[in-house]
Amino acid sequence: MEKNIKLLQGNEACVEGALAAGMNFFAGYPITPSTEIAELSAQKLPRIGGRFIQMEDEIAGMAATLGGALTGKKAMTATSGPGFSLKQENLGYGCIAEIPCVVVNVQRGGPSTGLPTSPAQGDIMQAKWGTHGDHPVIALYPNSVQEIYEVTIDAFNNAEKYRTPVILLLDEVIAHMREKVDFDSVKGKEVFDRKKPTCPKDEYLAYENTEDLVPPMADFGSGYRYHVTGLVHDQFGFPSNNSEIADTQIRRLLNKIEKNKKDIIKYEEYKMDDAEVAFVAFGSTSRSAKESVDKLRSEGIKAGLYRPITIWPFADEKVKEISENVKNIIVAEMNLGQYVNEVKRVSSDKCKVDFYGKINGHLITPTELTNFVKEAIR
Amino acid sequence: MSNKYEVRLSGSGGQGLILAGIILADAGIISGKNAIQSQSYGPEARGGASKAEVIISDGEINFPKVEKCDLLLSLTQESYNEYIDSLKKDGILVVDEKIEIDETLEAKIYRLPILSTAYDKLKKPMVANIVSLGAICSISSIIDEKSLQEAILNRIPPGTEEINKKAFQEGLKLV
Repeated sequence: MEKNIKLLQGNEACVEGALAAGMNFFAGYPITPSTEIAELSAQKLPRIGGRFIQMEDEIAGMAATLGGALTGKKAMTATSGPGFSLKQENLGYGCIAEIPCVVVNVQRGGPSTGLPTSPAQGDIMQAKWGTHGDHPVIALYPNSVQEIYEVTIDAFNNAEKYRTPVILLLDEVIAHMREKVDFDSVKGKEVFDRKKPTCPKDEYLAYENTEDLVPPMADFGSGYRYHVTGLVHDQFGFPSNNSEIADTQIRRLLNKIEKNKKDIIKYEEYKMDDAEVAFVAFGSTSRSAKESVDKLRSEGIKAGLYRPITIWPFADEKVKEISENVKNIIVAEMNLGQYVNEVKRVSSDKCKVDFYGKINGHLITPTELTNFVKEAIR
Repeated sequence: MSNKYEVRLSGSGGQGLILAGIILADAGIISGKNAIQSQSYGPEARGGASKAEVIISDGEINFPKVEKCDLLLSLTQESYNEYIDSLKKDGILVVDEKIEIDETLEAKIYRLPILSTAYDKLKKPMVANIVSLGAICSISSIIDEKSLQEAILNRIPPGTEEINKKAFQEGLKLV
């Protein structure tokens, strides 16, 4: 049988994954290095009866994405650092109004317009705290073109399952490089659609405190009426200053992620079984770390790699466990120290946690990591 | 890792080297190997030296960038000057015949009439990239002729099949 394999760019694989997950609406504003995602969505969506809309800026792109999603569409937008900053206000709106959608951020050098064509991983904490207030966050970060295809489907599934915006982090390296994608790899993979109300229309509570913490969501225009607001609201969606309601609703928002961490958290471990020194790395940097693991092992150093695919929520227990089993942890990121602080927060005192960062617009190389580890474990 | 083969295609913007890189990576995948193609953007992509990078391997490719290449193609003097230091000592250098090269190089050197084949013989300057792929195919064993021709035909604009096939054949004959 002919294999279903193609050479694709990372950004192209993101669109293919989104379509496989059922994306039928895209609103955004093109920005390097994410532009190909908008470009390909514009080409492909009209052909399948979907809609693509280029808005006047990134703020409107996020707003239209939420609007599309409220009508029942599977909606996505894509951007890079400067645009991700602009989207934060509406992203928070999506969190409190519980609107499922996917926000892709192809990271480039920052701050501000920074290094438009160079890779960075400077938006790791922004993905968690970019919008204000306590809010639920799911952020995923694949490291190959094949995985971009697969994880984009996971991003939509998580958004639909937990009724929340999901952030898909990429970086310039994996977004622009071309690599093999095997489309058959997702055969049999579940595509999740949001739970819809079955009750009589006049009994519908869009923000009900259901047992599973995720209330069913009606499509706007389907006859189920409810109010959508960024204010704290009651079960009907109407604004409320009631402290009990505020406490209950905000806690539910966070708990629907917290209580489902097992389902949401995905990671890869490479040669961790007998590792004495472990890398923690994600995205393109994790590829360098993996190569460095092999190099270090060829020189007799027992290295391994823990690669979070789910960046947020943070895998507290898993990282703590690793820190109890290795002597050294090396966190490598293309920034000046973000995820490393989370790793330190949960790590055992007996484990030495070191950081290797780079912000000059170039990918961290395996050689740099290998040399750094040799120094760190001396 | 020993069978990892790293190629850097360099020249000036507009010579179709990025497409050539994509085709080479595509051919790698058609022949059942792993391949990664990447390129640099930014100021260097506008005029001056431009480059495309391809890594082909039987095994997994982790680090996706080319540091030292096994084969360097340079179609312009400027790109030769810029990238010659990135060629491995025992690597293969493929340059257009008009380029002045350092005679003390230890690399295996092929000076070929790539540009004149495209300009004068085929009267289509834009197929210099495909002529180059033909030459690379003859010189190195990274990719077989059949996979490469299939990849070329997959990636070129419809209606240009004949001229590109011819350019590929001319490239093969250069060596």
